[in-house]
Amino acid sequence: MKGSMKFLLPLAIFLILVGFFAAGLKLDPREVPSPLINKPAPAFRLPQLGAADKTFSPEDMRGQVWLLNVWASWCSACREEHPLLMEMSRQNAVPLIGLDYKDTDADANGVLTQAGNPYKLVATDADGRVGIDYGVYGVPETYVIDKAGVIRYKQIGPITEEALRDKIMPLVKGLQ
Amino acid sequence: MIPELGQFALILALLLAAAQSVFSFTGAARHNEIWMTAGVSSARGQFFFTGMAFLCLGYAFYANDFSVLYVASNSNSALPLQYRLAAIWGGHEGSMLLWTTTLALWTVAVTVFSRHLPAVFRARLLGTMGLISIGFLAFILFSSNPFDRLIPAAMDGRDLNPLLQDPGMVFHPPVLYMGYVGFSVAFGFAIAALLGGELSPEWARWTRTWTTVAWMFLTVGIAFGSKWAYYELGWGGWWFWDAVENASFMPWLVGTALIHSLAVTEKRDAFKLWTVLLAIFAFSLSLLGTFLVRSGVLTSVHAFATDPKRGLFILAFLALVIGGALTLFALRAPRVGLGGRFGMVSRESFLLTNNVIMVAAAGAVMLGTLYPLFLDALGMGKISVGPPYFDTVFVPLMMPAIFLMGLAIFARWKNTELPALAIRLKWAFAVSVVTALILPLVMGKWTPLISLGLLMALWILTTAVVSLRERLLKRQGSWLTALINLPRAYQGMIVAHLGVAAFITGVTMVKGYEVEQDLRMSPGDTAQVGSYQFRFDSIHDEPGPNYTAARAHFSVTRNGNPVTVLEPEKRMYTVQTMPMTEAAIEPGLVNDLYVSLGEPVSNQAWAVRIYIKPFVQWIWAGCLMMAAGGFLALLDPRYRRRNKDQQEGEKA
Repeated sequence: MKGSMKFLLPLAIFLILVGFFAAGLKLDPREVPSPLINKPAPAFRLPQLGAADKTFSPEDMRGQVWLLNVWASWCSACREEHPLLMEMSRQNAVPLIGLDYKDTDADANGVLTQAGNPYKLVATDADGRVGIDYGVYGVPETYVIDKAGVIRYKQIGPITEEALRDKIMPLVKGLQ
Repeated sequence: MIPELGQFALILALLLAAAQSVFSFTGAARHNEIWMTAGVSSARGQFFFTGMAFLCLGYAFYANDFSVLYVASNSNSALPLQYRLAAIWGGHEGSMLLWTTTLALWTVAVTVFSRHLPAVFRARLLGTMGLISIGFLAFILFSSNPFDRLIPAAMDGRDLNPLLQDPGMVFHPPVLYMGYVGFSVAFGFAIAALLGGELSPEWARWTRTWTTVAWMFLTVGIAFGSKWAYYELGWGGWWFWDAVENASFMPWLVGTALIHSLAVTEKRDAFKLWTVLLAIFAFSLSLLGTFLVRSGVLTSVHAFATDPKRGLFILAFLALVIGGALTLFALRAPRVGLGGRFGMVSRESFLLTNNVIMVAAAGAVMLGTLYPLFLDALGMGKISVGPPYFDTVFVPLMMPAIFLMGLAIFARWKNTELPALAIRLKWAFAVSVVTALILPLVMGKWTPLISLGLLMALWILTTAVVSLRERLLKRQGSWLTALINLPRAYQGMIVAHLGVAAFITGVTMVKGYEVEQDLRMSPGDTAQVGSYQFRFDSIHDEPGPNYTAARAHFSVTRNGNPVTVLEPEKRMYTVQTMPMTEAAIEPGLVNDLYVSLGEPVSNQAWAVRIYIKPFVQWIWAGCLMMAAGGFLALLDPRYRRRNKDQQEGEKA
């Protein structure tokens, strides 16, 4: 009996996999609730990309509604949302701050010179410590932070045109 | 009219695929020649009509028929002809049509080149492939029809995504699909063998030819894709561990294991169940890849617009095909038996260990790819897994595999004396270690990873040299004729293994010694990068067919001697208003010089990225060598001779 049971093993493993896929179909890999919603944005002070002598802290943005966009040069999905970020920065609708996550300055600069820089400034989180505070588990992620420094919305994965039109921009307009 | 013809051809193809399965399986069950012949004819008819549908879609693109929704979404009248035709597979519907057309092509190849197979076995093989065709044709007709009309017709099309307007788009998908889908033949062989309950060394020889051809296509297809990413995406990377790249890499790893496992089954009648399981896995992973790309369960740069209905359909199909195959395996495996025995130290044991490592590597890639999905489904949050995971897991797995690769070509079947092996290889080992330690110091930068990478490449090279030398010393006549007269299978193995060495060299050198500089340059500026001087001479506007470009002119010199002229472009595609960077690359055996334009910084100055990529071409050359090795092995006369013997035997 034991001998023939082992031949069922591949099938059993496969069926478990199918179960996961079936569950996965109902989920949207881009939608995640964050425990940080409606909580103050965690404080940090990090050097700026391309200007290592300057630093950035969320405190600097107090009194403004702004977006914090977590990205990295190694993140392929970030390139997907990049044209939208460029469009946003052209329209000047809301200040966009980048958080360069677990990346090297050279690579990050490379991508920005290549594809264009939509950010007002970019803070560099080379070792990912700030990413932990913000609960970054997928890059890109985008946070909408209000005038009081409270996180109001979190977009996981690339910003889509629908998300920008239906969620992010109305929210930003309301907060402003 | 033509699109309706295509639609009609697809429906006929679906009916014929059903006929192909029913006739073949019934004929095999009843040992009825006429039914089995009808199965073969249906398979050929299925190919004819699938091909016709494909050509009809091609015509719609050629004729700019924007009353077809798919054409209007993926093409434009200003798009050059070659890209209009490549746009056939530029979206979801057309990709699926390419998939099923490729499958029909493999099916018809089986009907033509498998006359030597026992009739019942061949019928089961065609029956299995017919079932897969049914699934894909039904999928296209019911959820992804490329012939849907758009009424009223669009004035012009929305254009092909500019990223895809590249020669890479013409070659990469068809070649890759030939590989992906080609594993369906090995899968069919495995199912036919399980149904018959018998696995002979002949079975392994038949399967081996088909598997090797598919594997060659897959190897070349992946290499094309990697090269395309390198020059098109504009920042010089060649592999991103993207979910879709992984989807093509997993079947490659398992396919590589399968080729080696088939060698053992053919020569030694061993590993039978393992080989069958690998044949099932290789194609299952191809299907899995299709599911991952089409269903949207994972995010990826390759993902098309997704639709849950499509995902559900493919998942159900996946469950039926793979689940059915594995159930059959569980039922029949005990009857097939394990096959010949072998010692702890033997070629069999080395190949088995390597096989297990390849499968483990595929498993690790799969875990990394699916991990975000697993956690999400369990409600444990969302993550994304990137290159840090894959690099950390993959490199240590490959090290023992490469070491065994050097040993395995010396080990004898059944049993080998380990001490004797050590004596024969001591020089190869010593030379590899010493060179790997010293070479990086000579090149001016030493890190453990560079040394390790070189050690692996050198080990493959030196063991191959020792093996060649041992063989050639026994020969008479000139070295060259002796070299040419070596068995093709052996030559193939050596070339493919040297391809792996070239590949590892490329990866190691690029990772270790690449030079990257991001600069702000105005016309007239000169930059020193590595030992080269890059002078930004001028920039001017250059109109293209469906874009306008700013084209820069760089002259590259080295110690005052002119080396080359590079002309990178920044293009703006007019229909989708999407900027694209066309890097200019001077490829070389030792160095690639790579210049790409960023954004204009002021009215004169531009952001410029200059790279020197040492040995990067070796990565793709290595892949081509692996494929060439597979080709040489196929030329081995034993495949043809024995097939012919068998045919004559059948006639007599």
